[in-house]
Amino acid sequence: MASFSQFGNDLYTGARSLNIVGRRKLWYTISAVLILVSIVGPILRGGFNFGIEFTGGSEFVVSNVSDTSQTIASDAVISVDPNTVPKVSRLGDSSVRVQTEQLTDAQTREIRNALATGYSVPVENVTSSFIGASWGQDITSQAIRGLLVFLVLAALVMAIYFRTWKMSLVAIIALLHDLIITAGIYGITGFEVTPGAVIGLLTILGYSLYDTVVVFDKIRENTRGSSREAGLTFSQQVNLAVNQTLVRSINTSVVAALPVASILFIGAFVLGAGTLRDISLALLIGIMVGTYSTIFLATPLYAQIRQNEPEIKKSDKKILASQGRADAAAEPVSA
Amino acid sequence: MARSQSSRKALRSLTWLLVLVAGLFGINAAGVLWGGGSWLPKLALDLEGGTQIVLSPQLESGQTVTAEQMTQAVSIIRQRIDAAGVSEAEINTQGNNNIVVSIPGTPDDATLARIEASAKLDFRAVLVAGAPTSTAVGADGTATPVPQGTVDPNLSTVPAVAPSNGSDLNWITPALQAQYEQFDCASENAQAANTAPEDLPLITCDFTNTVKYLLGPVEVSGSDISNATAGMVTTSTGATTGQWAVDLAFNGKGTKAFGDVTTRLNGLTGSQNQFAIVLDGKVLTAPSTNAAITNGNAQITGGFTQASAKTLADQLKYGALPIGFQVQSSDTISATLGSTQLMSGLLAGAIGLLLVVLYSLFQYRMLGLVTVASLVVAAVLTYLVVTILSWREGYRLSLAGVAGLIVAIGITADSFIVYFERIRDELRDGRGLESAVDAGWKRAIRTIIASDTVNFLAAGVLFILAVGNVRGFALTLGLTTVVDLFVVSLFTHPLLQLIAQTNFFASGHKFSGLDPQALGAAYRGRAQFAPAPTVTSGKLAKSSKEALKRQTIAERKAQLSSGEKGED
Repeated sequence: MASFSQFGNDLYTGARSLNIVGRRKLWYTISAVLILVSIVGPILRGGFNFGIEFTGGSEFVVSNVSDTSQTIASDAVISVDPNTVPKVSRLGDSSVRVQTEQLTDAQTREIRNALATGYSVPVENVTSSFIGASWGQDITSQAIRGLLVFLVLAALVMAIYFRTWKMSLVAIIALLHDLIITAGIYGITGFEVTPGAVIGLLTILGYSLYDTVVVFDKIRENTRGSSREAGLTFSQQVNLAVNQTLVRSINTSVVAALPVASILFIGAFVLGAGTLRDISLALLIGIMVGTYSTIFLATPLYAQIRQNEPEIKKSDKKILASQGRADAAAEPVSA
Repeated sequence: MARSQSSRKALRSLTWLLVLVAGLFGINAAGVLWGGGSWLPKLALDLEGGTQIVLSPQLESGQTVTAEQMTQAVSIIRQRIDAAGVSEAEINTQGNNNIVVSIPGTPDDATLARIEASAKLDFRAVLVAGAPTSTAVGADGTATPVPQGTVDPNLSTVPAVAPSNGSDLNWITPALQAQYEQFDCASENAQAANTAPEDLPLITCDFTNTVKYLLGPVEVSGSDISNATAGMVTTSTGATTGQWAVDLAFNGKGTKAFGDVTTRLNGLTGSQNQFAIVLDGKVLTAPSTNAAITNGNAQITGGFTQASAKTLADQLKYGALPIGFQVQSSDTISATLGSTQLMSGLLAGAIGLLLVVLYSLFQYRMLGLVTVASLVVAAVLTYLVVTILSWREGYRLSLAGVAGLIVAIGITADSFIVYFERIRDELRDGRGLESAVDAGWKRAIRTIIASDTVNFLAAGVLFILAVGNVRGFALTLGLTTVVDLFVVSLFTHPLLQLIAQTNFFASGHKFSGLDPQALGAAYRGRAQFAPAPTVTSGKLAKSSKEALKRQTIAERKAQLSSGEKGED
């Protein structure tokens, strides 16, 4: 810890500084490549792997089984409807999930019975769900509407709070960056897109902006009128601010990621497929991407769009000149 | 003086927190004692087991559903489910045009079919009306209970003489008569039996189970009602009588059919003078006929209040609307799977919390304990609010809601991290602990409010616009954001103000997490660094600024060098 706290101190004083604002071309390139991959990847893979909430279908969960063999399930389904190709997966250590295309009520009942017989469990242990194709689409269209409303409102709130629309704009760009990349990871890896994943993706909205606001607040504080006296150019001040909050950023991401990771762990290994796993997977990816984008995308981008304002340009020039003089004067001392 | 003042303030905040917790606790206790509340929040179906059915209206293209129609549909579906004898069903609207029905256990096919059927409104002539119990009035005028049982299959079910119209008592076959006599509105059989083909008689009761009816075949279909409104009865001079009535208007087909019925009924007496308006097989109302109405505009009067007139008008209008509902998804979760999911959710929460606690202790040493205590307070507040919401608003905690709570641990803990880091920053600038706590707080609370606002906004938008699971998640997320603000300002900050005065923290003990040495307060070689509480904060601010100006050139260079490198 001593070294970590030392690291924090050095970042605070500037004794050690990651050149985040200066290397912006590198970060932009990384982000651009990630976004490109996130868009092209899913297209090449043939689109997202949508769950049955989006495609429509029937789902059966057989619980408390002693043998989780998947062939029993396939056989049971095929015995009722030979044309159906079931998707069978194991849930936890004593449940099996079977997904099929849309079935009639009668077929559903028959398959329930067949599954109960196949796994030798009472019929009550087989639950069936029926999901219309429009359900997932409803959720998605609501989500997209929610996203748009949220973007407008959040942009307004931030513009008012920070008293500059530029921070607002940059924060929204970073947010879109996070959403695209998270969605892209889903598209590329073929993780199933379920309503749970959509919820997770929507939560990233809040988290990503939350993280950006904390860092931007420090930047705003550092770049306010009086602190200009410190003799740093605008970009240098922004860089100092992001370095000063770096320890916070790391701690926050770890603290935010830990519970999410534990949900993911429990969700994936104990419960198997389901709401918990889907929400947490999208969130975990989003938290990591969100932390990255706040530091490496939003911050340099903000410095860049502000730096060409005439007033800042003027004062930066003066500061650079005086820094140059200071360097020259310092030469004999440091030698 | 500053010391006692800040601790007074701190104690005041803590008292407020205590009042808040005690208040919430009291509300909940009152709920448990008198209002049917509980100390445990209600669980949603995915945690408790049961069936959730999402219904969506079947609309023609371009057709839309109004909020009024939705409310109407919900109450119609509620009536149907109650009629099916299902207890504890919950029916809500979701988004603009979905209806969610949550039923414990697994519904049978009949219940499902009943829910799915579109509301059906008919007019039938009343043949016989009587007391709702299975009694027969004997020849001597005394009522004797009729034994329950199956109707003798040998009784004739075909009318001996073909009925000539809807009021013809020839409709009543011996079998039907026996059935009617055995019919008990309160029995479960009766609840399910109120369907009959349109061209045959129907035995049913009214919605309050106070009268049972034997009705003729359907004479006018509800879809022939063009409008129904509630209004005051007016005299021929246009003055109101102060009496409420429901005005009905029929379309062309309805006008003719209704004219025929009323012409016929007007000539009859007793129960046969009445026509029954039947909604989903139950009698909504059975007004008697005063006149033959051939112009298609009928008025129903008698004992209405403004509210009951409006309700009937709505039922006539919307009950007649051809909106069918279609099951969009039906999801059954067994009770075992529900409890497994609940346990897993709680386990995930416990592990997540433990990891956060360990990390906080590792990062912030004793200060980490403040995080832990704050999280406990936040958990207590959240739990109480969720329980109260579940009692007052019928909120049910779902798996997505549990996930929201767990995710909130991180976001809540972040407020403490922001705050602690600000205090550390102030310590690095050479402040004494007490003034660092106050100065750090002033900066941190701004950031916390701003970031929480954004988070709350996200939760709010999700809650208003989203459907189903997303809503439960958004609610817990928004709730915890608000709780976070309360906890950080009424607990964490006052607590830090108090412990800043203890020797352990003020002296910057190695394990306090606020050791100025470890924080490098001396690193910059500041002579000013001294934990003297007598220095006013203004003076300190000035001196820290001064210190910044007096940095050695080498220091300044070190600070800048990396910042400059990449500039172009």
